[in-house]
Amino acid sequence: MRELTYVEATVEALDSAMARDPSIFVVGEGIGERGGNFNTTVGLFAKYGPERLCDTPISERGFVGMCAGAAMTGTRPVVDFMFFDFILDAFGELVNQIAKMQYMSSGRLKMPILLRGAIGIGHSAATHHSGSYYPIFAHLPGFRVVVPATPSDAKGLFATALQSEDPVLFLEHKSLLFNRGDVPEGDYAIPFGEARTAREGTDCTLVAIGSMVDKSLTACEKLAEEGISTEVIDPRTIAPLDMETILASVHRTGRLLIVDETFQPCGVGAEIAAQVIDQGFDDLDAPIRRLNGAHVPTPYSPTLEEAITPEAADIEQSIRDLLAE
Amino acid sequence: MSDQLVTREVDGMPQSEQLLALYRQMINIRYTEEQLARSHQMGLVHGACHTYVGEEAIATGVCAHLRPDDAVFSTHRGHGHALAKGVSPHEVIAELFGRATGCSQGRGGSMHLFKPEVGMMGTSGIVGPCILQATGAGYSFKLLKTDQVGVAFFGDGAVNNGAFHEGLNLASIWKLPTLFVCENNLYATEVPFAYSAGNPNVGNRGPAYGMESVTVDGNDVLAVYDAAEEAVQRARGGKGPTLIECRTYRTRAHSEGMRDAGYRTQEEVEEWKERDPIKRYNEWLLENEEAGPETLAAIEAEVRATVADAEEFARNSPWPEPDTVSDHIFSQE
Repeated sequence: MRELTYVEATVEALDSAMARDPSIFVVGEGIGERGGNFNTTVGLFAKYGPERLCDTPISERGFVGMCAGAAMTGTRPVVDFMFFDFILDAFGELVNQIAKMQYMSSGRLKMPILLRGAIGIGHSAATHHSGSYYPIFAHLPGFRVVVPATPSDAKGLFATALQSEDPVLFLEHKSLLFNRGDVPEGDYAIPFGEARTAREGTDCTLVAIGSMVDKSLTACEKLAEEGISTEVIDPRTIAPLDMETILASVHRTGRLLIVDETFQPCGVGAEIAAQVIDQGFDDLDAPIRRLNGAHVPTPYSPTLEEAITPEAADIEQSIRDLLAE
Repeated sequence: MSDQLVTREVDGMPQSEQLLALYRQMINIRYTEEQLARSHQMGLVHGACHTYVGEEAIATGVCAHLRPDDAVFSTHRGHGHALAKGVSPHEVIAELFGRATGCSQGRGGSMHLFKPEVGMMGTSGIVGPCILQATGAGYSFKLLKTDQVGVAFFGDGAVNNGAFHEGLNLASIWKLPTLFVCENNLYATEVPFAYSAGNPNVGNRGPAYGMESVTVDGNDVLAVYDAAEEAVQRARGGKGPTLIECRTYRTRAHSEGMRDAGYRTQEEVEEWKERDPIKRYNEWLLENEEAGPETLAAIEAEVRATVADAEEFARNSPWPEPDTVSDHIFSQE
């Protein structure tokens, strides 16, 4: 199979959808001729022109609110935030308008809008270019929240997002964007709410999100040399969340560790843990553990940045601790 | 009461049929609002109720030029916009009564009136977003190469908000078919616009965005009608957006049941009641012999009966079923 980078895989899905559906347009800063700060629209401006690859002023609230109105009136906007942190300037439009519009109109308006941006800690990007924030959106009714970990998932989930009538947040960890991987040719769609088992195992279950999937696999391979068998589940979408797959795995292993770069309090791990306790309490042979990025604004200096980010070694230690329970 | 006016073909005064339709629509809004105020006192309206009494000429004069496929985005004071856009008094009153037959099926109430089938894309409890959404409707219509227009109605309270700045700028740079209709009623709740705006003239803010803009007497339905006609033609013709400031006044409290004192004088309220848009238009029609008193009385009686029927319909309508409460969060469940 041919290899593509994660971001190339999303461009392929976007290009294919834009060719079929003339109502799709992209807005963002530098997404026109420049092709996107992270190459998210490379080659598309020449094909689809400035109305469908619409460079915006630095006006996040403005163009997000505008795209809400566009989605209500027959088009399908793709908002490319570059860094996802910039979405916060549009928070009211997202929470009060975009997430609630279908409900308030009793289902007569749809909200087909895709909001994408680069998330995550790394490269000394510092605190205004390192946020992830997805637990906030998963908390609210009305959003689909997608956090792909591989190039092939990125393409298939992006295609689903462009068919959805709901608002979709598509979050791409900066450390993954230029990773290469096998990507099928042609169109395919991966449904939301279906986790992927990235590695099968029997001793414990590890739920890893986004950039934590590869780091977890690295840790698990090392532990496998010692005969420790860890199952790694990548939920792929946080909302909807495939609890069925997680519960089935915990049923087999009896142990659960959740690894997520975002903050621990009120986070995705807390939600997964609560649901497992609620629905799988008798399967548990040990307390549920969480490993998260530190609950601090992201610092700049490499030594500080490293100190707050879960790495493969931290994951390995957390698994050992969990198995010692 | 869903008669859509036919846009006149030539400049000059509207045709007599249209003149009466404008009167009918203003009366429709006034009587519905007065009914809602009474119903609010009786406890039939459950949440907030911001009436449009005194401002009817604006929604009427603007929406007279709109088709059902044009998109209107409104504010918390939006009953008049919904009615003028073609939502029936039955559906509006039932929505405020919280009934399943309301235009939002009881999910919205006063501040979330939706009927996309006639281009009523929602009133809103948040000040400002309607400006951006109407800009977005303009973007859709431009991209899809239709001649539809998007219209935002908002108060003076919205124009010092970032949404105003961002929305007008975006509409201007892409020459979007959008109307920005500011209903300047002098107070944002109880805060005087003269206090809150460094430049208390909205109509002259257009040039700051490279946009046509105009200020009109918002209590003169024909002045609003003419300004909107020009703006709608500009939009449909691909020549870009327009900002229209309509100077007006709400003669009831900010919200029903609220005290209405301490921030404005009774003299000021009485002075504006003298400039009541319906009273003025009634006199104009009679003086110019566009209609006789019997004709106007007949319209009033007909609308009064419709509104009474609407109230009865709403009062007797079923409540939404509790087991539907989670429907429509997503498009498919």
